[in-house]
Amino acid sequence: MYTERVIEHFRHPHNMGKLANPSAIGKVGNIVCGDVMWLYIRVEKDGQGRDVIADVSWETFGCTAAIATSSMVSDLAKGKTLLEAIAITNQDVAQELGGLPPVKMHCSALAADALNEAIHNYLSEHGMPIPDALRRRHEKIEKDVAALDKRYKAFLDREQAKEGAAAAGEPNSCN
Amino acid sequence: MSDRVYLDNSATTPVAPEVLDAMRPYFDSVYGNPSSLHAFGREARRAVEASRATIAEFLRVLPEEVVFTSGATEADNLAILGSAYAPRRSGGHVVSTKIEHHAVLHSINWLTSHGFDATLLDVDGSGRVEPDQVRAALRKDTFLVSIIAGSNEIGTLEPIAEIGAICRERGIAFHTDAVQAFGKIDLPTPSVDLLSASAHKLHGPKGVGLLVVRKKTHISPTTHGGGHESGRRSGTENVPGIVGFAAATRLAARERDEVGARMRRFRARLIEGVGSIPGTRLNGHPTDSLPHIANFSFQGIEGESLVMRLDEHGIAASTGSACSSPDLEPSHVLVAIGVPLSMAHGSLRISTGRQTTDADIDRLLDVLPRVVKDLRDLSPFKVGEATCTPRE
Ligand SMILES: Cc1ncc(COP(=O)(O)O)c(C=O)c1O
Ligand code: FES
Repeated sequence: MYTERVIEHFRHPHNMGKLANPSAIGKVGNIVCGDVMWLYIRVEKDGQGRDVIADVSWETFGCTAAIATSSMVSDLAKGKTLLEAIAITNQDVAQELGGLPPVKMHCSALAADALNEAIHNYLSEHGMPIPDALRRRHEKIEKDVAALDKRYKAFLDREQAKEGAAAAGEPNSCN
Repeated sequence: MSDRVYLDNSATTPVAPEVLDAMRPYFDSVYGNPSSLHAFGREARRAVEASRATIAEFLRVLPEEVVFTSGATEADNLAILGSAYAPRRSGGHVVSTKIEHHAVLHSINWLTSHGFDATLLDVDGSGRVEPDQVRAALRKDTFLVSIIAGSNEIGTLEPIAEIGAICRERGIAFHTDAVQAFGKIDLPTPSVDLLSASAHKLHGPKGVGLLVVRKKTHISPTTHGGGHESGRRSGTENVPGIVGFAAATRLAARERDEVGARMRRFRARLIEGVGSIPGTRLNGHPTDSLPHIANFSFQGIEGESLVMRLDEHGIAASTGSACSSPDLEPSHVLVAIGVPLSMAHGSLRISTGRQTTDADIDRLLDVLPRVVKDLRDLSPFKVGEATCTPRE
C-alpha cells in the first residue's frame, strides 16, 4: 500500500530529532486522533540578506506515512528561503513520495502544517510581516485544532481523570 | 523467506502439511458435487459427512448440528440474523458485548437499523464480562445472547459456561464466537446453542467455517437456494475446505495439550520480556486468556509504524491502532477495556501458532526493544514524563 519512496524515508528518515537552538518550532496534531509532529527550524541570513532555513529537524508520533512525510518535508524545506518554504504544500510532499494512500493524505497535511506553523511562529516572534496566505493557513490550522479539541473533549477529560487516578497509584496507568 | 518470523496467527495460520495432504485429492480426483446421485457425487458426500462427524465428535455435538459455511463471518451473520428472523419471531432484543468481532457487532448494528433492539455490555479492565451483567440485561423480548469465547485482540476468556447456563434457565438462545478458542481450549459446548468457528485460524484452509446449531435452536437461513446443509445454508459444499477443516480439527485435538503448553510458555516469556521495556502495559487478562494471544501497548509510539518497523526486521505482528484502520479509529476492544487513548495508539498484538518456536520469541524479544527505542527517539513524547498527554 505504501510506495518504495515512503518505505525508504520511513526506514532511513532524514533530519530527525530535536534541533539545538531552533529559531522557531511548529507543533501540530493531537494525540487523541493519533498523530503529532513538532518541526524545528533554524533561520539564517544568506549572502543576499534573505532569511533561509539553514537547518530543520522534526519529532513525530505517528504512522509510517507521518514519519515519511516528516522526513520529506524537512528535505524540501532545507536550504529554502522562508518565502519559498511557505509555498510547500502537502500535495508537494505526497508527490515527492510517489503518492500516498488516500486515508494517509492527512498525514502529509500534518507535515506541511508543521512547516507552516514554524515559519509563522518565526515571523511573528520577530515582528516580521506575515504573508496573507500563511496567515490564512495558520488561522485554519488553529481552527482545526480547536475543532478537534472540542470533538475529543470528552475523551481528553476521561484521559485526564485516568491520569489523575494513575498518579494516585492505580494500576494500568501509562507508565 | 525462511528467516521471516510469523507472529500474527490470530489473523490467519499456515495450512499444516497433513491438512494439505488430506485436502489434495478433493480438488481433482474426488471432485463430484456432493448433491449428485452418481458415484462421483456419492464419494464427495461421504467425505463431507465423515468430516462433519469428526468435527461434531470433537465439539461433543451431533453431526446434524454442524452447518458448514464460507467462514466465521458468515457463521456469525447466520447465527445473529438467522435468530432474529427465526420462524414466528418479530422484533426483539439481543444482548452482546462491546468487544465482539465486527462480524458480530456489525450484524447486530444491522439488526438495530431494522427495528431490533440491542444491549452491548461493558467489560472490565481485563476485557471480561460478568455473568450477572448478562442476567441483568435480559428482557422479556430478548431472543439471543452473543458473547465471544476468547477475544481475538486481547485473548481474554469469557465465562461462557456460566452465561450459557443463565440463558438456558431463561430459554434464550446463546451464541458464542469461538473462532480463536476452537482447538485451543476446552469449549463448554453443552451450554451453547450456536457456535461459530473458522478453519484458517487453526492451520486449516481459508474460506471454510461452521456454525453449530443445536437441535432445539431455530434459525432462519440467510442464504437461499438448493437447500444444502439441511436447508440452513444453501450452496454447493466446499468439499476440499471441509475435508481440510476436519483434518485441522483432528490435528488440533491430537496436539492441543502439547502445543497449548508451548503457547502458554511463549506467552509468559512475552509478558516478561515486553514488560521489562519501560512504558509498556499488557492489554487483557494476565492469566485467564487464550494461550496464543498477547497484546501490549507502548507509550509514546504509534502501532502502525511499530508493525512496519518489525516487518523490516522480518517479523509479522499486528496492531489495533487508529492509523492502521480504514476509519482511523482505534480498536473498539482497546477502548472498551479503558486503555488510555495515548496508549491505545501504540498497541501490538503478538499471536503464536503450532509452528512458533522459542527462536521466534527470542528474535522478537531481541528486535522489539531496539525498534521501540528507535521509534521513541523519533517521537516528541518522552517516556517517563509526568504525563502521557503530549499537548502542552
Ligand atoms: C473472533 C473472530 N470472529 C470472526 C472472524 C472472521 O472469520 P473468517 O475470517 O473465517 O470470516 C475472525 C477472524 O478474522 C475472528 O477472529
Ligand atoms: S499518523 Fe495516523 S494515519 Fe498517519
